[in-house]
Amino acid sequence: MAKINSLEELRKIRSDAKEAMTARSGNAKVRVFASMGTVGIAGGAREALKALINELEKRNFHDVEIIEGGSMGLDREEPIIRVLRDGFETTYGKVTPDMARQIVAQHIINGQMISEWVIARNEK
Amino acid sequence: MKELSLNILDILENSIHAKANNVWLFIEEYTDKKDLFSFTVKDDGKGMDETFLASVFDPFTTTSTTKSVGLGLPLLKGEAEMSGGGAKIQSEVGKGTIVSFWFQHSHWDRPPLGDIAGTVLMMFLIHSSVSFTFKHQVNENSFLVSTTQLLDIFEGVPLSNPKVISGIQSYISSSIQDLYGGKHG
Ligand SMILES: Nc1ncnc2c1ncn2[C@@H]1O[C@H](COP(=O)(O)OP(=O)(O)O)[C@@H](O)[C@H]1O
Repeated sequence: MAKINSLEELRKIRSDAKEAMTARSGNAKVRVFASMGTVGIAGGAREALKALINELEKRNFHDVEIIEGGSMGLDREEPIIRVLRDGFETTYGKVTPDMARQIVAQHIINGQMISEWVIARNEK
Repeated sequence: MKELSLNILDILENSIHAKANNVWLFIEEYTDKKDLFSFTVKDDGKGMDETFLASVFDPFTTTSTTKSVGLGLPLLKGEAEMSGGGAKIQSEVGKGTIVSFWFQHSHWDRPPLGDIAGTVLMMFLIHSSVSFTFKHQVNENSFLVSTTQLLDIFEGVPLSNPKVISGIQSYISSSIQDLYGGKHG
């Protein structure tokens, strides 16, 4: 993405984003839940989430909502990212920036979960 | 913790857990003869009573997980004191909390600020229902960004939209770089 140096330039993004949003009908196809607990922060949750949003932007995928997830009570697995897609909620643990980028490419965009990193999966 | 911006993120999360509606983060850096680095997190969350407040800097109060990952208020207070600074918390039940840390800017033992743009971004990304205001002052330059300002610009489009949040990220990063006299690439 081009560098943005002012609020004016930031404002220009709005119409693009709005268009991408109205192009879809109803709810976003994918919902991503993320949280920032103490253990997650120390383990790189901020970096993982930054990698995730930058990959989404890079791949121009917008049919997604990112939502505050609340703590999972699974400190040992932090940073945790949950992906809700196609009626399943899939939980990934110990997510690194690299993993986050692959989760975007394979699971969020293409619906192929990456089994070896999954720590829980529930029908929703 | 290697970066103060991670401690700051953890302190901001405390405000979120305290159910604050408004959260402020002020960072001040003076490299002149004041030689000061300070940050303050202020919230209108549930606050703490006097007894509890008296114990928050006690290393035995903090949860063991917090201690094992090197975050938590007592540890950070120790680091501030080793860097010629200190820490202070004021709080009132039902009103809110003000947490301040200060360091000698040039002190060897002061951890670097690190990716503060990333920390601020997390507030807009996952806590956009909380009204957050960030002000960063470096000598005579300052930068301010707030949830209100951004929601106003992006009315109707969620801040977590990938295009929007990436734009916000770029805006915050370049504005902070400017504070240090950085040129846009
Ligand atoms: N802004 C705040 N508002 C209300 N209570 C707070 C706030 N910040 C901290 N506390 C209280 O102090 C405790 C200790 O905080 P901290 O040292 O950061 O460790 P942790 O948040 O991991 O327990 C918290 O668990 C919380 O009860």
